[in-house]
Amino acid sequence: MPPQLKTLIPLFILFILAFLIARHFLVPDSFGKEGHYRFESVEDNKEMPMFYAGNEACAECHDKAAEMEYDMHADLTCETCHGPGMAHYENPDNKLIMPRDRSFCGLCHASNNTRKYKLAQVDLEEHNPGMKCVECHNPHLPWEIAE
Amino acid sequence: MKHSRRKFLKKAAAGGSLLAVGIANPFNAIIFASEKPEDPSKPWWGYGIDIEKCIGCGRCANACKLENNVSKEPFYFRTWVEQYTIKNDGEVKVESPNGGIDGFTQTVPEEDIFKSFFVPKMCNHCYKSPCVQVCPVGATYESPDGVVLVDKDYCLGCRYCVQACPYGCRYIDPIEKVVDKCTFCYHRIIKGKTTACIEVCPTNARLMGDLNDKSGELYTFLKNHNCLVLKPHLNTGCKLYYNELNAEVS
Repeated sequence: MPPQLKTLIPLFILFILAFLIARHFLVPDSFGKEGHYRFESVEDNKEMPMFYAGNEACAECHDKAAEMEYDMHADLTCETCHGPGMAHYENPDNKLIMPRDRSFCGLCHASNNTRKYKLAQVDLEEHNPGMKCVECHNPHLPWEIAE
Repeated sequence: MKHSRRKFLKKAAAGGSLLAVGIANPFNAIIFASEKPEDPSKPWWGYGIDIEKCIGCGRCANACKLENNVSKEPFYFRTWVEQYTIKNDGEVKVESPNGGIDGFTQTVPEEDIFKSFFVPKMCNHCYKSPCVQVCPVGATYESPDGVVLVDKDYCLGCRYCVQACPYGCRYIDPIEKVVDKCTFCYHRIIKGKTTACIEVCPTNARLMGDLNDKSGELYTFLKNHNCLVLKPHLNTGCKLYYNELNAEVS
């Protein structure tokens, strides 16, 4: 055996061993269980907090059908307008938002040619400027217009 | 010479029969453009968007930010809405002010508009994701149920995946400095709830479901509509299907 190899082979073996030992400690246990990733990360992703409670959660206390009857907004979920409701679901003292601005109603109902034939629209600058939509329209029963 | 002709004929016959299968059964051809999932008994999540129904209220983009703690700055979105306006002279105008959260205005006069519509965008959860392929450390992956997720503890923040995504659906979280993206609200769907964007959509323009469930909501939606995917030529195997998708959308 050439003398160069005599010194190099143990060095290589040492290097490979050091690599294997380092790899053993550095690679997480679940890495490669299902693919080239840390499988525990799927569990991490499952544990994110929820902020939207969902329509079924609202229905546990509130009778939406009775309040909204059959009107244009009956198909909407509560959280579309009232915002995330998980905090309210867990503790009813946490009140939900009640958007009252013209601009909020305008998100859907401000006139825009792109959605012209899809839903009722008004020109926010011409339609009773300065007033709030909710002064005349009950958001839960939008076609019942106050006198 | 004779040999190569035979080869050519064989290939042509194979290609022709594939095409015939595609025409005879285009529905399956679209869904499993890539490959069928390994275990058909497990869910394999897909998503449907009906452009015809979208009114551009931007509630989905807003709800997504609130549910997933996305930065409120107007550069970070897991889902957003774009307003497409195709003018009579063929010019295409695309707008998405703050992802649509503050609503849209149409500045093009009605007589100049040939067609106009809203397109909600989000991660396509591709079966052969370019983003998963380029990650050097295995920090992004497709979960067993077909959702492309990020391992935030493992991510280096190298931005390869941000560049690789052909749909622009990834961003670097400005606080954690690691990549972030739509997770199909993974923390919700495994508990039997629907995603935040679907929850708040006032017109039911969005839906999701299990592509293995032949009687499921998404499968029915795909059967009832002529659905397309974005950038099909890239063969990413995306599982986000659009109804009424215009060729101008990219």
